[in-house]
Amino acid sequence: MSKVVKPTIGVLALQGDFREHITSLEAAGYPAIPVRTISEAEQTAGLIIPGGESTAIGKLLRSTKLDAWIIKRVKQGYPVYGTCAGCVLLAKTVDSEYSLQLIDITAQRNAFGRQVDSFETPLTFQGNTITGMFIRAPRILKTHDTTETLIAYDKEPVLVRQKTILAGTFHPELSDSIIIHKYFGAMVEQATAKSNS
Amino acid sequence: MAKQRKRTSKKTTTKKNTFRLKAGLAQMLKGGVIMDVVTPEQAKIAENAGAVAVMALERVPADIRKTGGVARMSDPQMIKSIMKAVSIPVMAKVRIGHFVEAQILEAIGVDYIDESEVLTPADPVLHVDKNEFMIPYVCGCRNLGEALRRIDEGAAMIRTKGEAGTGNIVEAVRHITTLKTDIENLKKMNEAQLKKAAKEMRVPVALVKEVKKLGRLPVVNFAAGGIATPADAALCMQLGVDGVFVGSGIFKSKNPTKRAKAIVQATTHYNDAEVLAKVSENLGAPMTGIDMDEVNVMMSERGV
Repeated sequence: MSKVVKPTIGVLALQGDFREHITSLEAAGYPAIPVRTISEAEQTAGLIIPGGESTAIGKLLRSTKLDAWIIKRVKQGYPVYGTCAGCVLLAKTVDSEYSLQLIDITAQRNAFGRQVDSFETPLTFQGNTITGMFIRAPRILKTHDTTETLIAYDKEPVLVRQKTILAGTFHPELSDSIIIHKYFGAMVEQATAKSNS
Repeated sequence: MAKQRKRTSKKTTTKKNTFRLKAGLAQMLKGGVIMDVVTPEQAKIAENAGAVAVMALERVPADIRKTGGVARMSDPQMIKSIMKAVSIPVMAKVRIGHFVEAQILEAIGVDYIDESEVLTPADPVLHVDKNEFMIPYVCGCRNLGEALRRIDEGAAMIRTKGEAGTGNIVEAVRHITTLKTDIENLKKMNEAQLKKAAKEMRVPVALVKEVKKLGRLPVVNFAAGGIATPADAALCMQLGVDGVFVGSGIFKSKNPTKRAKAIVQATTHYNDAEVLAKVSENLGAPMTGIDMDEVNVMMSERGV
């Protein structure tokens, strides 16, 4: 039996807590690299857009031309996972001019208020309890028939999936649990297997 | 006290204002530029240039140096107008030890409080007991001892002190390097030496051990003070900080919009000399700057 080679997953490293995502991916067993250019992105089989400031990341996506690259590749089945600012940047309808408009959700930036309104709360995912860190978090106001809600809090979706796109409003990379990163890693492996077959 | 969130959850397991959440916001600012602004218009320029947060204040440090006198917390009305103008986090400064100025900023609901040596200190000895507040704090340091004392008091983010308002990067580099050397030395220490170091720095030994384990501070560390060019920002990033504060450097230059954008690019692509060369072109004059020999007040020596 040959050893299974895990696909390399990129973490968009223009701004934000990309280091924490790289650490979580590595703990989940996936090689991970920071992505600041298209040539770095080309080496990856999937991408995480981290938490940060969506305006700052959005501007840098444009100046690096990574915005067009991501849109093109995601439409071809390249998996992407956005957390917090990353969720804002993936939403089809959102109060941000920088969105890549890839997943059929309506999101609202800083929807809980300012930093004093940030909170942490237990969330349930596949029978496991994880800590949901919501920091100046967006809210997912509306989903589509074809989006699946994977985690809800207070009856509202906080982690949703549509095909190879995963979007969440909280920060699993700041908690000790790596199960969401494992879940996304499996999505990347499935997509890789599909494109190789 | 700031208003409680209206949508209070019935679940008692939901927590707010924990240290993790306070330090977590700083994590989101990493790789970014925080810019000093004195008006809502400047705040918009900063946001449009790609700043991750703005520091709302009445006078930038270069003007504080020039006009002298006592520098205090800014007018709450001015800070509120900046909070209204932008969607990125807004920080504001209080004098060292002035816990009432801090209570006022908390009542307004700023996202981060900077207990800053750039303002005239209010307490000759003590800093604010930052653990008592819901709003997270950022504080300056020149070395590991200062950093850990501030973290022990409750700071959720650190910035290495430069000499604010000078446009001169030398003190920022000095203190980034000192902090790094102090951490390297700590990593080589045995149990007894760690205890002695903790005692000398007047901080709990557990905090010292955490730094040894992590090989870095347990919170995000930005550079601040004296950054005037994209190259200055990239220099600090290559020396290992998580991001940069730019004070007078942007709005005291000839072309603030262009310079602000260039510094944002340089902070992201700090290891790419070709990008740095490109963004450094045709920026117009930077702020004039002053040499350390001409500096009459060393702000970085305040609040040890």
